[in-house]
Amino acid sequence: MIQGKAFKYGNNVDTDVIIPARYLNTSDPAELAGHCMEDLDKTFVDRVQKGDIMVAGRNFGCGSSREHAPIALKASGISCVIAETFARIFYRNSINIGLPILECPQAAQAISDGDEVRVNVSTGTIENRTKGEAYQAEPFPGFMQDIIQADGLIDYVRGRMKQI
Amino acid sequence: MGMTMTQKILAAHAGLKQVEPGQLIMADLDLVLGNDVTTPVAVKEFEKIGAEGVFDKSKVAIVPDHFTPNKDIKSAEQCRLIREFAYDKGIENYFEIGQMGIEHALIPEKGLAVPGDVIVGADSHTCTYGALGAFSTGVGSTDMAAGMASGQCWFKVPEAIRFNLTGQLQPWVSGKDVILHIIGMIGVDGALYQSMEFGGEGLAALSMDDRFTMANMAIEAGAKNGIFEVDDQTISYVREHSAREYKVYQPDEDAWYTRVVDVNLPEIRPTVAFPHLPDNTRTIDEVGEVSIDQVVIGSCTNGRIEDMRTAARVLKGRRVHPKVRTIIFPATQRIYLQAMREGLLEIFVEAGAAVSTPTCGPCLGGHMGVLAKGERAVATTNRNFVGRMGHPESEVYLASPAVAAASAITGRITSPEEVVK
Repeated sequence: MIQGKAFKYGNNVDTDVIIPARYLNTSDPAELAGHCMEDLDKTFVDRVQKGDIMVAGRNFGCGSSREHAPIALKASGISCVIAETFARIFYRNSINIGLPILECPQAAQAISDGDEVRVNVSTGTIENRTKGEAYQAEPFPGFMQDIIQADGLIDYVRGRMKQI
Repeated sequence: MGMTMTQKILAAHAGLKQVEPGQLIMADLDLVLGNDVTTPVAVKEFEKIGAEGVFDKSKVAIVPDHFTPNKDIKSAEQCRLIREFAYDKGIENYFEIGQMGIEHALIPEKGLAVPGDVIVGADSHTCTYGALGAFSTGVGSTDMAAGMASGQCWFKVPEAIRFNLTGQLQPWVSGKDVILHIIGMIGVDGALYQSMEFGGEGLAALSMDDRFTMANMAIEAGAKNGIFEVDDQTISYVREHSAREYKVYQPDEDAWYTRVVDVNLPEIRPTVAFPHLPDNTRTIDEVGEVSIDQVVIGSCTNGRIEDMRTAARVLKGRRVHPKVRTIIFPATQRIYLQAMREGLLEIFVEAGAAVSTPTCGPCLGGHMGVLAKGERAVATTNRNFVGRMGHPESEVYLASPAVAAASAITGRITSPEEVVK
């Protein structure tokens, strides 16, 4: 079970603001986390606590394919991202590195900045403890559950290659 | 139910006769691509898999193009890591400085993408090769690592939007204006998770360079891929650049689309995307007075030979505005050489522009043209997000090479029609 405070942003949060390209000369998660969301919200890095949850509107993670974006979010302490929709490369990357994400327009619209939110990733249940509301996201398709259960794509592929 | 081009290519690479939208498949890959930003992460993940080597040494390409020639020690270390990996694994398509180019201009030029291929690249603009009638899409570093090890990638079969093109382009209107017009119409998530399939009789009016530009920016509408029907122009391009076998897939007549959009090419005007999203478009007639500090002509979107020729037509015999830093970067060494032989580089230098070796640098605010606070650039690149080319309070206006070159001369966003009479 994941629980934390919501950080709420708008539509089209792109990977350039999640982690600006000027910091991509490293792939060290801690270093990337130090600049996470910097061009959109300079206070994010100082305020975020381990377990906190990011909530946003449509097309979250659009733009570049940089895996550094979900890596930076995860290393900054974010435990889950809830959005109305995700850009597809960000969606893949998050699953592949084990950052839970949920597509749930109802939750994305209802949750306010600072709300205390609890998430059950395997069932897709989202509980807003501040407002006393609950929302239901579509759980992942079985195939993606397999990847998540294998702790990311690398272990999944390692398992598959042993079978071949 | 009939299938779209993308569905047919994916079915063939998954060993299936038929696929349905939403179906999850495992497809064989014809090429796996990475650059100096994404490959270091992929190398770490590849090592975790424990594979002895890559699945096929001829089907992996690594192009150090983002922070090269290296801008600092950290980026030099990243390049060293991927160079050592490429040599250690015997990767045949590693392109060193001096031979490299911006990956999405280089890969088709080297004949590494042909019609019917399935290609993944750890760079979002990998969708460029759809211009050749291939399925080609951006992925992350972990997908790249898994692809290098196994030669396969999982996909969710996408639905598609069909774009039927009709008529001819007006003078000074190019593929860049067409794709900006389309993104302005459908929005930055207008094709989310879907294919953008381009065809129709208007296709003949679009050069291969126009099509590369358009397929390149499919991602800016959220698309999984952009794909063009294959015609005589495609075949002659492929024959000129590649010895590989190719397979032409046409969409079924009864293929199902979520939406069919008619695009009448003669109606399209030179188009500019204002900050801070590529769908924030206006025609050149609606731009108003926007003064600028910098012009960038190049990138994986618009650094090809036709782009150089168009810029040269506007700049020939003229001088860029004294307050506008104008940077032109041909996308590959071959394009650079061709531009030199055609006298284009001389035109640029005489006009007061700086000519750069191929690099992605300025497009993503990496190096070679970073913007200061409050500065504005007209760029032929693909993204104008907050902070994309430098300071978070700088601004990027996306345009064609013709508009960018005209703007370099006047110091404000300008139609080429105003400059060249």
